[in-house]
Amino acid sequence: MCEEERIVILSANDLHKYYGEFCALEGVSFKINEGEFVSIIGPNGAGKTTLINVLTGLLRLNKGSVFFKDREITGIGPEKLSRLGLARSFQLVNIFPNFTVMEFLKVAIVSRLGKGTNFYSLLSRDREVNEQAEEVAKLFGLQDKADVLAKNLPQGDKKLLDVASAFALRPEVILMDEPTSGVSTSDKNKIMEIMISASREIGIKTILQVEHDMDLVFSYSDRIIALHQGKILADSTPKDIEKDEEVVCTVMGQKECFKIFSSVLHPDHTGNGQP
Amino acid sequence: MVNPFIKKPGTWLLVAIVLFFLILPRIGSQYVSYLMLTFFGYGVALLGLNLLFGYTGLLSFGHALFFSLGAYTVAFLTSRFSIFYMEIILGVAIIVSALLAALIGAVCVRYIKIYFGLLTLAFGMLFYSFLLKFYHLTGGDEGIRVLRPFLLGFDLSAVPKMKFLIGSYYYYALIVLAIAAWAMWRIVSSPFGICLKAIRDNPEKATYLGISVRKYRWYAFIISGAYAAIGGVLLAPVVGQVDPMLTYWTHSGTLVFMALLGGFNTFLGPILGALIYIFLQDTVMSLIPYWRLVFGAMLAFIVIVAPGGVAGVISSLVKKEKRGV
Repeated sequence: MCEEERIVILSANDLHKYYGEFCALEGVSFKINEGEFVSIIGPNGAGKTTLINVLTGLLRLNKGSVFFKDREITGIGPEKLSRLGLARSFQLVNIFPNFTVMEFLKVAIVSRLGKGTNFYSLLSRDREVNEQAEEVAKLFGLQDKADVLAKNLPQGDKKLLDVASAFALRPEVILMDEPTSGVSTSDKNKIMEIMISASREIGIKTILQVEHDMDLVFSYSDRIIALHQGKILADSTPKDIEKDEEVVCTVMGQKECFKIFSSVLHPDHTGNGQP
Repeated sequence: MVNPFIKKPGTWLLVAIVLFFLILPRIGSQYVSYLMLTFFGYGVALLGLNLLFGYTGLLSFGHALFFSLGAYTVAFLTSRFSIFYMEIILGVAIIVSALLAALIGAVCVRYIKIYFGLLTLAFGMLFYSFLLKFYHLTGGDEGIRVLRPFLLGFDLSAVPKMKFLIGSYYYYALIVLAIAAWAMWRIVSSPFGICLKAIRDNPEKATYLGISVRKYRWYAFIISGAYAAIGGVLLAPVVGQVDPMLTYWTHSGTLVFMALLGGFNTFLGPILGALIYIFLQDTVMSLIPYWRLVFGAMLAFIVIVAPGGVAGVISSLVKKEKRGV
């Protein structure tokens, strides 16, 4: 698809965020197109989570603006954002501990369908909500744990449930802050695969994620935005990023730099740092 | 095919409880039935308090305000305006309390935890001062007399007081409690109910799922206030006189104590707490003059040993029994 034909769904313009004297974001601007899977990478303290937090209105910007489609959403807050079609999941597991998996998903669906102010009908008899909750549970492989309390789930499933609840809102754009953090290496690919297939099923147009695992980033992303000291260091395709020695070494550290850059020198390699 | 509802042991327990309440005036002493009337009033108020405390996670230390508002509504309408129809009194109490709860709640639900508790306490004491100081309107510390209301349009003023209370009024109050409990069950089992529980468990996550936390807390506050007022309406004809002490902060504390005693994590726990509190208070008061000392020790014991209250203890015993431990 030509660049001109793409529809911009989310755009950040000249974002500035200060914590006292410390500048966490300085002049960050980018556009996310419909249908893209974009990863934000960067070393610790680069401003990745701050960026997600200002995009979702959890933190106020000192300067700059954020647009979702044609509407300015700067500082409108997460509640209104979710209704507009922009959802997020968290770096640390953020769940309702005393809810079963099914109840958890029902909350998101009730909210999306605007049924939250229904004071009188029995939720257990609401076929629309129940069917949709079952559908989302199935997409995320949680159907067998429907009656398990969220707090009793293994860490990987808790993470999955957190993400599933955001997916249950059927947003157009989803922002995920390290969706695989705290998950065993063997489960990371599984979670990513589930999220990709669920987003296709549900109709999520765009995924923007912060991720530390470079294997996942390079395997799944259409585009990578590299942050360093609150500024955009690079914004390009995984292929181009991989080739940029300066970016790789600055953002991912010397070890990863050596692994990835050495693979560029030897075209037979996969690009995942494997010899 | 047998209705699965009938097979549930809970259904039979509920039927047994209802039957017990129905026949109690026939088999029990007049005094026990009289105490039950107090319980019916507090039972409704506790259903409301639990919506706010147990289901939404907001602990009010000023709910006696709405309870006394209900009680004063009966006194005002019967003594000052000669309106005796109980159904009208209930309707007025619900509207007045909901309006006041909407105003107070709009301020209080902006805060959580201790700040919410202290604000509700402050509003409660403000109302207490109002009742005390505006003597000509409220009767000051003497309060206002409550005249006997008409039930379902029937004037029962010719019936002796005790016969009225443990006869017609007993069943009337029982039906109001049953309807209030049924309506509250529907509320907590509704989509609104699950949103409240989500807010209680994790308000940040609830916000990200598109739930307007402050708005839902406000709704819960209004419903809760209206329930407390219904409880006050039911109690007023039983005590025959309303006074500012109904609004005093210790009375709000009593409502919280009842919820803790029964267990605020369950639907019926707080009602059970009200029942136990009323009968226990009566027994302990008749035995020793320092009943508050006993109740204070009891409160400390519950918080430390059984934070889930009596219902929590029963629930864990049932679970153990099911597991065969």
